[in-house]
Amino acid sequence: MSSLLMIAVSAAFINNVVLSQFLGLCPFLGVSKKIETAAGMGAAVIFVITISSFITGLIYKFILVPLDVDYLQTIVFILVIAALVQFVEMFLKKVSPSLYNALGVYLPLITTNCAVLGVALINVQRSYSILEGVVYGFATAVGFTISIVLLAGIREKIEYNDVPEAFKGSPIVLLTACLMAIAFFGFSGLK
Amino acid sequence: MNKAAERLYNGIVKENPTFVLMLGMCPTLAVTTSAMNGVGMGLTTMVILAMSNMMISALRKVIPDGVRMPAYIVVVASFVTIVQFLLEGYIPALYDSLGLYIPLIVVNCIILGRAESYASKNPVIPSLFDGIGMGLGFTVGLTCIGAVRELIGSGKIFGFQIMPDSYEPVTIFILAPGAFLVLSMLVAIQNKVRINAEKKGKETKIGTGCTGSCESCGESCKGGNTK
Repeated sequence: MSSLLMIAVSAAFINNVVLSQFLGLCPFLGVSKKIETAAGMGAAVIFVITISSFITGLIYKFILVPLDVDYLQTIVFILVIAALVQFVEMFLKKVSPSLYNALGVYLPLITTNCAVLGVALINVQRSYSILEGVVYGFATAVGFTISIVLLAGIREKIEYNDVPEAFKGSPIVLLTACLMAIAFFGFSGLK
Repeated sequence: MNKAAERLYNGIVKENPTFVLMLGMCPTLAVTTSAMNGVGMGLTTMVILAMSNMMISALRKVIPDGVRMPAYIVVVASFVTIVQFLLEGYIPALYDSLGLYIPLIVVNCIILGRAESYASKNPVIPSLFDGIGMGLGFTVGLTCIGAVRELIGSGKIFGFQIMPDSYEPVTIFILAPGAFLVLSMLVAIQNKVRINAEKKGKETKIGTGCTGSCESCGESCKGGNTK
């Protein structure tokens, strides 16, 4: 139990997926204009990463390894993730239209989010068991959500400030991300 | 042959993927702790981009429109796997320092973006040169960022000592926050130059920032998947 907790805390805070591993930067910079949309994106990411780390874990352990074709992992994982996103979208549309309306816009964008593939590959690389993999995936996604919501909150406030002409747009966002990354360094004391 | 030169120029200068289009941000920030890593990542991406552009262009009349995105992803992922094995076998040092970011080239926006917007509509040879040009542009971008970070963060460029011994390295530049800081400054400088040029009344055309490109990149995938 304590080792699972350790994995979770380290994935969500100490090695934050965006701010220290640079995975999933596109949505981090692109969909962080408003807290609402950022939270929607975060929820969709939590949903997809948790399921995909479970499914890719199963596929790796019970199909790729027994057949001795684990070198195909990159191809298989990316196809599984793309298909999974489609399935999740269709499933949500049928079962819970309200959830679909809330997350629908963000789901297709997730296929290009490299955090999803990154988590699947890291699970294999560190030879996590399936349970550990799911915990790691969930915690990583929570870390993503925390940082994207924080960034969106800061960006909403920046709107009211007088930013130098040359820094308008992406430079000020990157600068904010830089300061957040420094702040997240503080968590390394938790180790 | 003129067409080939034009594609190269377009990729390196006019539509430089790092500074102008702001595509492929993840590897740009993650591996540029040194100039050498930047070159390695850039060239690896270039090889994959050129090969997959060529392959997709050759297959452009065979692949049905409805499944083109999955088909492109399979082509790109196959080349990534091949290149990953070659690197592991022949340049293990680079393989170790790039690590996880080699398989992640699959989801690099630049590659799918070029496949969708150029290779799927043009013949093989121009597509090949488009891939090489874009790849070189990406390499130049990564090397610049890597060189700045390495110079300030450890006083070296390509492993050679540049700064005098009395220089105290600012370690934060080779850690995560430094990546954001350097890129932010480089884009701000670029904006400043553009604003000055516009004040002088010169017509300059620079692509949209990251927000637009990434969303459009995702949008194009969305279109491909749901069709």
